[in-house]
Amino acid sequence: MAVLITKESKIICQGFTGSQGTFHSERAIEYNTNIVGGVTPDKGGMKHLNIPVFNTVAEAKKKTGCNASGVFVPPPFAADAILEGVEAELDLIVCITDGIPTSDMQRVRREMKGSKTRLVGPNCPGVLTPGVGKIGIIPGHICKPGRIGVVSRSGTLSYEAAVQTSSLGQSTIIGIGGDPVNGTNFVDALELFLKDDETDGIVLIGEIGGTPEVEGAEFIKSWKGQFKKPVAGFVAGAAAPKGRKLGHAGAIVNSGAETADAKKEALKSAGVIVADTITTIGEAMIKAMEI
Amino acid sequence: MDIHEYQAKQLLAKFGVNIPAGEIIYQPHEAVTVTSWLNEEEVMVKAQVHAGGRGKSGGIKKCTGQEEVVETVEKMIGMKLKTPQTGDKQKTVTRVYIEKAHNIQTELYFCVLVDRETGGNTIITSKKGGMDIEKVAENDPDSIFKVKLSPGNKLLNHHARTISYELGLKGAVAKKAQKNLIGIYNAFEKLDAAMIEINPLAVTKEGEVVALDCKASFDDNALYRQRQIADMKDENEYDPLELEAARHDLNYVKLDGNIGLMVNGAGLSMATMDIIKFYGGEAANFMDVAGAATPQRVAAAFKLIYRDSDVKGILINIFGGMMRCNDIAQGLVDASKEVGLDKPLVVRLEGTNVEMGMDILKNSGFPITPVPTMEQAAKEIVELVKKN
Repeated sequence: MAVLITKESKIICQGFTGSQGTFHSERAIEYNTNIVGGVTPDKGGMKHLNIPVFNTVAEAKKKTGCNASGVFVPPPFAADAILEGVEAELDLIVCITDGIPTSDMQRVRREMKGSKTRLVGPNCPGVLTPGVGKIGIIPGHICKPGRIGVVSRSGTLSYEAAVQTSSLGQSTIIGIGGDPVNGTNFVDALELFLKDDETDGIVLIGEIGGTPEVEGAEFIKSWKGQFKKPVAGFVAGAAAPKGRKLGHAGAIVNSGAETADAKKEALKSAGVIVADTITTIGEAMIKAMEI
Repeated sequence: MDIHEYQAKQLLAKFGVNIPAGEIIYQPHEAVTVTSWLNEEEVMVKAQVHAGGRGKSGGIKKCTGQEEVVETVEKMIGMKLKTPQTGDKQKTVTRVYIEKAHNIQTELYFCVLVDRETGGNTIITSKKGGMDIEKVAENDPDSIFKVKLSPGNKLLNHHARTISYELGLKGAVAKKAQKNLIGIYNAFEKLDAAMIEINPLAVTKEGEVVALDCKASFDDNALYRQRQIADMKDENEYDPLELEAARHDLNYVKLDGNIGLMVNGAGLSMATMDIIKFYGGEAANFMDVAGAATPQRVAAAFKLIYRDSDVKGILINIFGGMMRCNDIAQGLVDASKEVGLDKPLVVRLEGTNVEMGMDILKNSGFPITPVPTMEQAAKEIVELVKKN
């Protein structure tokens, strides 16, 4: 059984009746995702896409038994929407919204301390389990059921990885998003895939900034004996000019570990087969599986 | 978004941070009024541009007497400034800040920023202020002291006390420093800053603690609720193409190479820059056609890249899940007609109706090369640009 989205998942969409929520819920329904309801404040009681709409997440949970949510709420209200799902004790919240203020996400992080909910995102393409269902915007037709777990900070690069691993197929694709403060990180996703008996190999796609790839590499290093799976990786941004965004002091916080080269080295030292370009990530995965 | 030093200081003053008395001017004659108002023997004249290292490049000068001030201001306004941080580009000085000069005893360093590793805010301080902090970190890492706050936590009085003692301060001076640190942190939090750097935070011979320089940048995602910050944007500081891109909601950064890029997704944009470099070329820009890659947006983005005179060839790499490639291709051909395309254009499209899209591009009559993979696209454009 794949990770995060399984046949048992009962999914709702927050921001259901908005244009993004509507469009991507339609695609998810076409993909046979088990969407049991939607939430839009003040629109409770109506039906949208032939699915019941509720005013609150708590009400949706009471009536449908939902355990997962996709958040398509505009940035100023997204942090509140996430916390509403946390309060309702959902198992999984996937926040697609791009452009949430960093300080809002810092507050979410603090409030989620000790909660049972897993957050994926924000600013991410979502999660897709081929043949089972999806939350978010990953196009279904490029994914094939199989045994490779894909985890990526970038949406479009996860699509590249899906297409290139078509011969092997994917167990689940997880887009963790590129924001500075987010939910699920590489270590969390790697742990899920490591424990999943339907995943045989893992593709990890990182980018410059922050150090989650380095932490992922440390975690992979700790895998021992039977509890080990082959990993292929890529880190985008080797050609990016340094310090264009955060300027000065950002560069010294984590002493150079944020560059593409440093991350690639960290992954290599953990035994990950690292692709030179994104176009060879599929080959790298096949190579890693053969070792 | 970045703001100027004087703007940052005006904001900090509202949070109780001690800053030198000063005024911004745009015309040399205004210097007379400001110096008589300041009524100080010595004043600092500081060019306002968004770049560090101004001191080394003639952008900061200590002046004595009104005559010298006016003379300096006359030279500075309109001057082209190239600092270690502006790269090859020069920045034209349009405004100058005049402020009271201080008798500095000690220069300290203080910075607050969002720490991607912890998700919280991190404070970086050093006894060795007034110089390049990256060099300090390299040569004397022990002189740097950090406080890593958990996400959502504030800088409290006990943190400020610890920092002031780590900086070697005592008694009344330590108290004054603590008040300033809390003020800077509160400004950071209330204004949705991404980074506020005070270098130096000076202790004067008279025992005052004062923020002598300040660089501040803010979270673009929060500007909708920080109107006073958004209004501080100085458009002179941006590349004109970047400004136009922002008006179209395109995520564009001008770079130094000659291959124009248009890609959907920030990750794929970076990966495309990487693969171009891998095959020996260099990107002229980073461009993420953020959001839906509609034919209209693609055409707008294409025209923008085309206007960059550094661009000798263009690579378009679009991996669309839902969009129809024939629509995108038609949008590109129409835009090519409009600009009279005469530079090589290589296009890789992935999505629905790929074949139809490819045919439209092939039969357009323009120098457009459609290719099926990203790898071929990169090889092809690097070669075409080398040939031309």
